[in-house]
Amino acid sequence: MNKILNFFAKHMNKLAVLLVVILALFPLFFNSSYVLRIVTICMMYVMIALSLNLLTGFLGLMTMGHAAFWGIGAYAAAILSTRAGFGMGTCMFAAAIAAGLFSLLLGLPTLRLKGYYLTVVTLGFCEIIRLVEMNSMELTRGPLGIAGIPSPNLFGFRFNSNRSVFYVMLVLVVVSALIIHSIVHSRIGLAIMSIREDDLAASTMGVNVFLYKIMVFIISSMIVGVAGAFYAHYINFIDPSSFTTAASMDMLIMAILGGLGSIPGTILGASILTILPETIRAMAQYRNLAYGIIIVILMMAKPDGILGNVNFKYIKQRLTLNKTEAKVGERKDE
Amino acid sequence: MLLEQIINGLTIGSTYALIAIGFSMVFGVLELVNFANGSVYMLGGYITLMVYLGLDGHFFLSFIISIIATGIVGFCLDRFGLRRLRIKKAPKLTGLITTMGIATVIDNVILLFFGSQTKPYPNMIDFGKFKVGNTAISSSQLIILAVALLLMLLLSLVTYKTKFGKAMRCTAQNADAAKLMGINVNLTISLTFVIASMLAAVAGTMVGMYYQSIDINMGFTVGMKTMASAVLGGVGILPGAMAGGLLVGLFETLGASYISSGYRDAIAFAILILVILIKPTGLFGRKKINKV
Repeated sequence: MNKILNFFAKHMNKLAVLLVVILALFPLFFNSSYVLRIVTICMMYVMIALSLNLLTGFLGLMTMGHAAFWGIGAYAAAILSTRAGFGMGTCMFAAAIAAGLFSLLLGLPTLRLKGYYLTVVTLGFCEIIRLVEMNSMELTRGPLGIAGIPSPNLFGFRFNSNRSVFYVMLVLVVVSALIIHSIVHSRIGLAIMSIREDDLAASTMGVNVFLYKIMVFIISSMIVGVAGAFYAHYINFIDPSSFTTAASMDMLIMAILGGLGSIPGTILGASILTILPETIRAMAQYRNLAYGIIIVILMMAKPDGILGNVNFKYIKQRLTLNKTEAKVGERKDE
Repeated sequence: MLLEQIINGLTIGSTYALIAIGFSMVFGVLELVNFANGSVYMLGGYITLMVYLGLDGHFFLSFIISIIATGIVGFCLDRFGLRRLRIKKAPKLTGLITTMGIATVIDNVILLFFGSQTKPYPNMIDFGKFKVGNTAISSSQLIILAVALLLMLLLSLVTYKTKFGKAMRCTAQNADAAKLMGINVNLTISLTFVIASMLAAVAGTMVGMYYQSIDINMGFTVGMKTMASAVLGGVGILPGAMAGGLLVGLFETLGASYISSGYRDAIAFAILILVILIKPTGLFGRKKINKV
């Protein structure tokens, strides 16, 4: 086990590039629309879970309302593209702005509070947004949903086939992973992790706790909003039943299962939880039951999530340190 | 009209209060947000119905069997789901995810056994309506209110007057110190879960009788609403949970009849958010001193 982890730590960057290359070549070898669809949806959930992990794993704020921002993004894109005829790029931009704006409004009053309040408030927010989507007939067409959303299109080019949509999603997930990776490994990352460990200590060290909290909250919501816009364009039809509190819970479970505060873990967790239910589709009626049991058992076996307590950066540093020490030792022997 | 709506609201609110008490007690001793509570509430309603249909008509016997069975479920939830996590000193989020998983399991077991259709529910406490002035009150409303108030009184007595209540409050304050004082912390926590589940079963059965129907989605929404009620009153405080539940029921019914019935479920949360913004500790909560 340790050897595997050492290997991963040593070659993390190469492996990440390899994963992207494999995914880029994937549609050339698998042409079944079912498989492509699962992998596309899986990448979308990876994107969502990554943004949630930035908020819950690195900043330590537990939110139950990410499906609301997902829905806001999806509705923004759907309304703009069906009524105003905007292309996908504009819609995604608008979705990010809309989700960011709502998160700013929600964050300003609630992020000053400590403890579980944010969890409960976001939970309520998610339910309120869903009911607004359900009841405001003129804007969202209520429970009928919005149909006929055009497939992804950029600069006049339409991504009609499953393959081309796959590449759109691949670009999105790689870009968002890079954004989150660079945030986490920058000054901001250090600041938000210090807030997670102890916000009082962080504020005495000169970290503006509220500012960082609201910034990360907005960034995270914007990424989910873009994922929502993609979802609307991809499925071509949205209705309020997708954006429930239960969906928020699923997202949270993905992030926690993979390991809070671990980017590779999140990718793993989200992939497992989207692909696993598909593989046991044969027992369709027992599927959700099995899902529940698996979550309970996994939490008992690995309470920190699969890669939660594995710090690849630390392992790598230790490995290089061991190597240099060994070299120094050799020289001394000579 | 207004008075009738108020009574409707208080009736449904009193059942919320019962579940919220259980939620609040569990949060008090463990600082755990118990997502399975709503599912246990639904399970209670369904077990009563199942045993009632199996025994052809011994309603009160089936009610008692249901309460006991749900209590056992609550015990198992803690014993097999959460105690291991406590021993391992796992992060608090883990317990929360476990309760979410258990909620999924319970919901799907019910779905497998009963299917997703709405089931008719026998109303055993309907003895007609009577009028006080211009307002009509049904006997079911009175009985639900009476049972709920009685249980609240009983629970307050248990919490504040008995040895078990003292043990529970000690565990809530400081589990390690409680252990040193010879309190069986694990047993206390398990019993808290049993009480919370039993209360949920009582509420589930009464709500089933009140609406004369039961369906597979009732657990989730009510679970969320009772969580809101508990936070509204101040989490971990019994009178707070009671008042929170009653208020949520009241505002929800009044809002549904005077504002818009489509937003019925949103009203509880809108009030909750407002209260948290104005008084973060909840209506009855006291401000904690931030120690370093």
